[in-house]
Amino acid sequence: MRSDTPARVLVTKVGLDGHDRGSRIVSAYLRDAGMEVIYTSPWQQIPAVVNLALQEDVEVIGISSLATDHLLLPKLMDALREAGLHHIRVVVGGIIPDEDERMLLDAGISRVFHPGATREDIIDAFATLAQEARTTAE
Amino acid sequence: MSKPLQLPLPGFEQTRARWRQAYEAQTAHTVPQHNRSGIELKPLYTPEDWDSGRYMVDLGLPGEAPMTRGIYASMHRGRPWSQRQLIGLGTPEDYNRRLKQIMASGANAVSLIPCNSVYRGFDADQVDPLLLGTCGAVVNTVDDMETCFAEVDLAALSTAMNDPLPFTLLAFVLAMAERRGVPWTQVTGTSNQSDYISHFVANHMFFRLSLPGSRRVLLDHIKFCNERVPNWNPLSVVGQHMQQAGATPAEAMAFTLCSAIQYAEDCLAAGLEPTRFLPRFTFFFDISMSFFEEIAKFRAGRRIWGRIVRERFGVTDPRASRFKFHAQTSGVDLTRQQPLNNIARVAAQAAAGILGGLQSLHTDAYDEVLSVPTEAAARIAVNTQNILREEAGLGEVIDPLGGSYYVESLTNRMEEQIETLIGTIDAAGGMYQAVSAGLVQRMIGESAFAFQDRVETGQQVVVGVNKYQREDNPGERSPLERPDPALMERQLEKLHRFKAERNDAAVRAALDGLAEAATHDRGNVFEAVVNAAGAGVTHGEICACLRRELGDGQPLILA
Repeated sequence: MRSDTPARVLVTKVGLDGHDRGSRIVSAYLRDAGMEVIYTSPWQQIPAVVNLALQEDVEVIGISSLATDHLLLPKLMDALREAGLHHIRVVVGGIIPDEDERMLLDAGISRVFHPGATREDIIDAFATLAQEARTTAE
Repeated sequence: MSKPLQLPLPGFEQTRARWRQAYEAQTAHTVPQHNRSGIELKPLYTPEDWDSGRYMVDLGLPGEAPMTRGIYASMHRGRPWSQRQLIGLGTPEDYNRRLKQIMASGANAVSLIPCNSVYRGFDADQVDPLLLGTCGAVVNTVDDMETCFAEVDLAALSTAMNDPLPFTLLAFVLAMAERRGVPWTQVTGTSNQSDYISHFVANHMFFRLSLPGSRRVLLDHIKFCNERVPNWNPLSVVGQHMQQAGATPAEAMAFTLCSAIQYAEDCLAAGLEPTRFLPRFTFFFDISMSFFEEIAKFRAGRRIWGRIVRERFGVTDPRASRFKFHAQTSGVDLTRQQPLNNIARVAAQAAAGILGGLQSLHTDAYDEVLSVPTEAAARIAVNTQNILREEAGLGEVIDPLGGSYYVESLTNRMEEQIETLIGTIDAAGGMYQAVSAGLVQRMIGESAFAFQDRVETGQQVVVGVNKYQREDNPGERSPLERPDPALMERQLEKLHRFKAERNDAAVRAALDGLAEAATHDRGNVFEAVVNAAGAGVTHGEICACLRRELGDGQPLILA
């Protein structure tokens, strides 16, 4: 339907930590690649992220986690499903131990990025997932 | 005294011409090299680049102006640097166990890292229990602090509290000291996260009040500590956050000095005595992989701060111009790929910090990039310092690189660049104005992008990431350590019991007193925090009260 319009993504942080170098750089990458990026301050609560995703009609949510805040993400996945936003894809990047990565993928997170991920990889993943989200939504 | 070398040196010109020819023949295609601050590096430094005739102007002797060679006459010979490892995970009992282990191995300088929930101004019952104690110790009350320091002699150690404003952790320590009959004059250490400007700019991890509210609370804290806890350093001005967020080494040093200038001016405007507050200013920096640049950064910073104290503030007491700093090796330079390589990185960074004349050092654990550090990795980090000091002998000679043509020339170039940046911030009306307007945040953001570009294009080599990659060996990864959920459950029960058993009237009176101090300029807010801590008010309650009275603070979003 709108595969020619730019992908709409939300880049944010949930929980308690606020290290934002990664989320700022990723936002700039995605914006430079032509995507519509909605960027928030850190410390978001899960209901606020769901509301924003709904209001802004985003296709992908990128979550940056440098401490242990990614432990909350299964709750975000539940909340998105409860809000009927099954099509939205969620990506996590940051310091994610292997044990947690498995848990996150099981919870429905589409992709986990670690330090050293390249610009190209990140942009490709967001673009592909945005396309997937569109197809699912239609 | 030997006669300083004077240019022209006999034979120098001809030899240089010959060398240049040979050099160029061997390096036809080399591109110019720049350090992280953008300074072009020559292939060779000679007396053309630094004239030892300038010795007394540029260097002098340690402990004396211009302080380039060190802030004490004896430096690491007389006072080995403190090994101040960050510790904190789980419950107060966990913290106490780790603290005693560290002290048994000889440490007398320790730190307390609280849980992120504490950083953000909350008690354990105000956040998702999944996050509790995963990044630091859960300390919400004076009783929790008692548990943290059980069977530990307060007067025998110096504690770096990672305690952002309103400094409730120090307030709990002071309340505990009172209970134990330890005079406050014997409480020593540093409020390690008191630099609210650096939090506002670069590390959005901490509880924050509005900028004017933060300014007020810090000033009251400095005033109170100067008078009542005179051996405590109430201020640590932090360049570490800004450099980790992407500032170049020169920017991080310049912005830190600008914050220190701002805080000193605020103290002066409040009528505080500079010979009293300036000797209690301390600094905290990052040490990146850029080895010589970091050494030059520290030497230049020391010289500039000495000059600022003497010339800008007119204070000649040498204790006031000592640039005392703690440094931490750089987490962002560590790699997830082939993580054991990080041990080598940390050793190189630590060596640069030591050669740069630091007073206190935290070496990162190699697994910091994988998870919150494990105990085994933390032990290697401590031993890295022991090896550098006792095997490699890095502390044996004071400022051993002093007089190196390269290091002196680079120190001068870094100094020029830092001074130019200070001029930019001065022109913007000082650091408080510059961060309010987002100027500093924008500059740091641009440097972060530029650095990332260098990594992406391979101009900046990162071993295992953009060069010398190989399949990861999962055996290198240490197992994850997380606090026991059952222990966290008990910690929550303790908090509920604490609240049920305390004297409600005293709590109400203390909270009223805190609100009163915050709304009127007469009272001292930190004194009211200390009273509240002693009366059984919790960390979360103190923070909530101040958030209400002084206004919440949000980071400036520029993206």
